[in-house]
Amino acid sequence: MGKMSPLLVACLAFPALAAGGSPPLQGLSPFFEPATSAPKAPDADGFVQRWLLLEPIIKPNRSNAGFTGSYVRTALTTEYFRGQFSVVPHDGDRVAGTAPLQWHALDSKLFDVKLFNFAQGLNKPTYGVIFWAVTVVDSPRTMTDVRLAVGSNSASMWWVNGKEAVGLFGDRRMVMDDVVSPPLTLHKGRNVIRGAVINGPGLSDFCVRFVDADGKPVRDIAITIG
Amino acid sequence: MKYRAAAFPLFALAALAGTAHAQLAGEPYIHDPSTIAFSDGKYYTFGTGRGGLVSDDGWTWHGGGVRPGGGVAPDIIKIGDRYYVVYAVGGGGMNGGHASNVKVMWTKTLDPASPDFGYHDVGIVASSDGVEDCDAIDPAFLHADGRLWLSYGTYFGYIRMVELNPKSGERIAGNQPVDVAIDMEATALMYRDGWYYLLGTHGTCCDGPNSSYNIRVGRSRNPTGPFVDNMGIPLLKGGGKLVVAGRGRGFGPGHFGLIDLGDGLQKFSMHYESDMDRAGRSVLAIQPLLWKDGWPVGGDNVAAGTYEIQSERSGGALELAVDFVRIDFDFRRAFGPPPSGPLAPLPDQTLAQDMAVWPSSTIKVDLGDYMIRPHQKWSVTPVPEAGGYMGSPYYKIVIAGTARALTATADGEVTTGGYTGDAGQLWRIDQLTDGTYRISPKIARNSVALVAIGASTVALVKFDPNNDAGRWTFKTP
Repeated sequence: MGKMSPLLVACLAFPALAAGGSPPLQGLSPFFEPATSAPKAPDADGFVQRWLLLEPIIKPNRSNAGFTGSYVRTALTTEYFRGQFSVVPHDGDRVAGTAPLQWHALDSKLFDVKLFNFAQGLNKPTYGVIFWAVTVVDSPRTMTDVRLAVGSNSASMWWVNGKEAVGLFGDRRMVMDDVVSPPLTLHKGRNVIRGAVINGPGLSDFCVRFVDADGKPVRDIAITIG
Repeated sequence: MKYRAAAFPLFALAALAGTAHAQLAGEPYIHDPSTIAFSDGKYYTFGTGRGGLVSDDGWTWHGGGVRPGGGVAPDIIKIGDRYYVVYAVGGGGMNGGHASNVKVMWTKTLDPASPDFGYHDVGIVASSDGVEDCDAIDPAFLHADGRLWLSYGTYFGYIRMVELNPKSGERIAGNQPVDVAIDMEATALMYRDGWYYLLGTHGTCCDGPNSSYNIRVGRSRNPTGPFVDNMGIPLLKGGGKLVVAGRGRGFGPGHFGLIDLGDGLQKFSMHYESDMDRAGRSVLAIQPLLWKDGWPVGGDNVAAGTYEIQSERSGGALELAVDFVRIDFDFRRAFGPPPSGPLAPLPDQTLAQDMAVWPSSTIKVDLGDYMIRPHQKWSVTPVPEAGGYMGSPYYKIVIAGTARALTATADGEVTTGGYTGDAGQLWRIDQLTDGTYRISPKIARNSVALVAIGASTVALVKFDPNNDAGRWTFKTP
């Protein structure tokens, strides 16, 4: 999100310029726990809490003010690693980029997925980054006229079964159901949800759920990335 | 709240133009203003840094006030004979850190010239360690039902609520912070009709006219939440109903502060991240506060323009008490057979036609059915050079196209006469919490205002906030 001016952000985005040491790491445990092989239901409000998260890709941005639609679309459709738009990774898989990055299969303890804390907990860069997230939704039947509802901090793009569903552009703060997709269909069986979140300075997180034609959360699905 | 005041050198402002202004007079340069406090005949607000602003009337503001301790984004509350001041030192992302302490101090007056002036340190009442999901800055007080609450935090994690002892300003022993919101900063608190309101900014600060700061609100029956917005979305999930966004030449409102003036009149202070008429500087701003369906909404000072001034009591239009002049019209046209050709529009009655029967001396006013006549149309114009009151300049109110001004006489009558700029022809127009307006003369004493004491009769009498007699709406003519 990064709600400050570029002047202030200058010393945030580049900690080496800042006074004071890094805070001690908390690890992932305050916000995440390892995903298991057992299917996981969405939470009571339908939020999908199980995700494969890729360690952050470095993408320096000193402010989030520049996250226009065209910039974000270019940044998030650029291929940074092989299989970026097709592979469903596994926990521990690595991708080759400018630096090797690892996928982590995690369950968020909260309704949202706190990407800043994910990166911080792994002692990875927290600002000026792109996060990739993948999950698999197992639907017990074909569900038509459902919508993907996303909130993210900052901008993001999301795909359902390879088709772009929503884009959240601009200097976004996260609010549930911020941007909602056109009606789409969840196939019976596996459905791959893929998202990418870009952030300059500040915290970063996202929340994702499906809602039905009446705007009610879809809960009779299972998340099965294990 | 991220800047220090030293980053905002004060500049003199050229005289304001005579148009409707959201901007205040003087040098209202401040960032992260506290709630405005009244002390020893003056209004005070403190901002990030050491000083603040002082005003005699709430309209013209100058640098002044003394607040030791530095830090960011203070707040003020008066409880008993003490002014408690809370502020934060550290955090805010400055120097890359989020470790911060929220400190409280008190003084018996905010006037540095008073012998009672002097701050007494209470100490740290909340903090963040730089690792946890909270940045303990931007504190805000609420004193309600005998209990003192304090919210604090920024976009870095949670907004939190703690309880303080209203007799000492210290944290209640054993009290633990409660998470009440995310993705919010510059919070403020209100209590009304059994609801606790948590306000705060969304958007980006500190980037001049590119700042997207806007003020949002959620409410709860409990001071520790859960706070939800008008859609039922929890503030802990990013919810927040809009209270006010940027408008006109003011960009990025933030740091809400309630100004309760009594008599059903509330306003709020804030800063604009950028006042385009003042080189984009961050300035103090004050706006009316409205309540709609239990939610606070930013109101508006009446804009310069020509209006019917309509009584909420009777629906009657404020007008010159003059003879009615007919518009020439053959009534048979209205009821005759359908015309075979095009219909020609009829002209409005002209000012000259209406004025032909007006006496040249003073003319009293009354209320009449609105007939869209010139003697019922009033031009309302701010007169900033004549000073002002909380958040607004005085206005002159004249019959459109003339210099005939609504005039309060020394003996409490209301009439009209040629505009001279005398105090009796300067009016305070305050938007009330229901969106209607109170109209009171600059020379008013004892809350006197323009009141419909009969369906068709107006007088300057004491304003009663509990009925419609003193409420007016400005309608396009």
